[in-house]
Amino acid sequence: MAFNYDNYLRLQKMPTLWCWGCGDGVILKAFIRAVDKLGISKDDMCVVSGIGCSGRFSSYIDFNTVHTTHGRTVAYATGIKLANPDKHVVCVAGDGDALAIGGNHTIHGCRRNIDITLIVINNFIYGLTNSQTSPTTPRGFWSVTMKQGNIDPTFDGCKLAEAAGASFVAREKVSEPKKMEKVITAALQHKGFSYVEILSNCHINLGRKNKMANAMENLDWIDSITVSKKKYDAMSEEERLNLLPTGILKQDTEAEEYCEMYGKLQEVYQGKRDKITPADFKKVI
Amino acid sequence: MAREVISSGNDLAAKAAVDAGCRFFGGYPITPSSEIMHTISDLLPKVGGASIQMEDEIAGICAAIGAAMSGVRAMTATSGPGISLKAENLGLAQMAEVPLVVVNVMRGGPSTGLPTRVSQGDVAQAKNPSHGDYKSITLCAGNLQECYTEVVRAFNLADRFMQPVIVLLDETIGHMHGKAILPDLEEVQAGIKPRKTFDGPPEEYRPYDVPQDQPAVLNPMFKGYRYHFTGLHHDAMGFPTEEIETCRKLIDRLFRKVDEHTDELEYNEEYMLDDADILLIGYGSASLAIKEAINRLREEGIKAGMFRPITLWPSPEKRLYELGQKFDKVLSVELNQGQYLEEIQRAMGRKDIQKLTKTNGRPFSPQDIIDKVKEVF
Repeated sequence: MAFNYDNYLRLQKMPTLWCWGCGDGVILKAFIRAVDKLGISKDDMCVVSGIGCSGRFSSYIDFNTVHTTHGRTVAYATGIKLANPDKHVVCVAGDGDALAIGGNHTIHGCRRNIDITLIVINNFIYGLTNSQTSPTTPRGFWSVTMKQGNIDPTFDGCKLAEAAGASFVAREKVSEPKKMEKVITAALQHKGFSYVEILSNCHINLGRKNKMANAMENLDWIDSITVSKKKYDAMSEEERLNLLPTGILKQDTEAEEYCEMYGKLQEVYQGKRDKITPADFKKVI
Repeated sequence: MAREVISSGNDLAAKAAVDAGCRFFGGYPITPSSEIMHTISDLLPKVGGASIQMEDEIAGICAAIGAAMSGVRAMTATSGPGISLKAENLGLAQMAEVPLVVVNVMRGGPSTGLPTRVSQGDVAQAKNPSHGDYKSITLCAGNLQECYTEVVRAFNLADRFMQPVIVLLDETIGHMHGKAILPDLEEVQAGIKPRKTFDGPPEEYRPYDVPQDQPAVLNPMFKGYRYHFTGLHHDAMGFPTEEIETCRKLIDRLFRKVDEHTDELEYNEEYMLDDADILLIGYGSASLAIKEAINRLREEGIKAGMFRPITLWPSPEKRLYELGQKFDKVLSVELNQGQYLEEIQRAMGRKDIQKLTKTNGRPFSPQDIIDKVKEVF
């Protein structure tokens, strides 16, 4: 039997304002299936989004939802989570939102390893605002601010998240909805900061001027730049150039989660345990 | 039974927050307000709350707004440069109607200015820190006791009006150390007025569908009432909309919910005004010097008195008008170039108000004021 999404959607908000063929809806559905699979109550989850096409994600789903200012999803979510450590808090942001204007919050959310799932929808462009260069726009691509070819270097959000201390890092693509559902499920189950990058198409504002004007062409291009982690690991440095690995890239179940540690701090102040020392941590510096 | 304590203004602000039921603090270090975070980071975990030092000023207020959205009383504290950074998110809290207390311990500006020295240069900023149309509520503590009582009042007003409330201290007040007489904890706790909530069936809940002079009714998260927060123009459930009448009504209501209830906000002190010939107007630490100046002037037979607004925004415009009619001789005293003077002129409908200003990072001495009074009157 086909999965019924209606229970999780705000049907009165349909149709979405996303373009025909946009990957955001595929991600939304995978997210809903993951939540459903885990049996998380709609009342026990808060979904926080920022600005951009991804910003509208939160308004279409029937959870406690917050649409914040540009780039600040993780900062808002940190307050929501720390004040309600037993609830599920999920952020949805775009590549501009999470890696440009909100880069600092992404880094520090990862560093704290607070139990938030951040889904970064990476479509390699500022889609909503008509094709400006983002931190992930490939070099040499057309953007409206680099019409003669983008010269700005890109960076890899997954590597950034891993280096900053996220205990779960994964990447998937919209052309693999089942795998996407699987990594989102694993991310939601993971205790700690989980960074999930979903590579998505924006054939309208990326593809149109970069020789992939329909969704399938854009998705084919994403396929051409991705390879499973298993294959990636077996490759030489030279072969890895211009490829992004997909799958679960890091999962550390031992790292201390921030709210749990804060709970211990509360116990210190309430006279229930001795003060916190380096001995309480595996990794001290 | 009042409590007598020896403390600093910043410590009292932190203590007041916790006594008023604040259970979340998000902040970033900045002189001269850091002691608020130092103190509250010890107080909150004791009572099961949380204090977090975020990665920047913006994140500090965002975390606090997030906690407040979820239903917890929350606060952030900063100084002028921090307010500049937090401004956009103060706007979101105005738009989405999220109650929050923001303490600004004012230092010399603009820019990095005079970090360790006093100023009242953020009074105009406090009126409209963010872009867009909305109505700010700003309180200003003028002594140690008020660092406590005004923070308590700010929490109750934030929940009553469902919006951020700024509490201005200035560096002199924040770093002042001395005796303060505080209301009893039981009295403070009995006075806590939590935000209004809706307890009917969730399908009938419409958080932003309220009378035009009332704030939104925002239930805590995770309790079965699911709705949407956004900084966009929004409808009764909080969903983004561009519908003409809904947009008009929203901004109209953000003004009217404050404008039509200024009686709940206005709070002034009048000192020796009854028989005075000269009216001095000042607030914050300036008012301490003004009072002493008045005492000394009266010893010389010069009858001066003081009007001190404690709620700065919205201003006590009716009372200012009355005073403008009653007194010929009016002197405004501020540690800025006359930011509140503009409001006094507007409210009184007069341009002939004398001013004493100071922007060198030093507080007023009573003699500064005595000299000015003798010079201009």
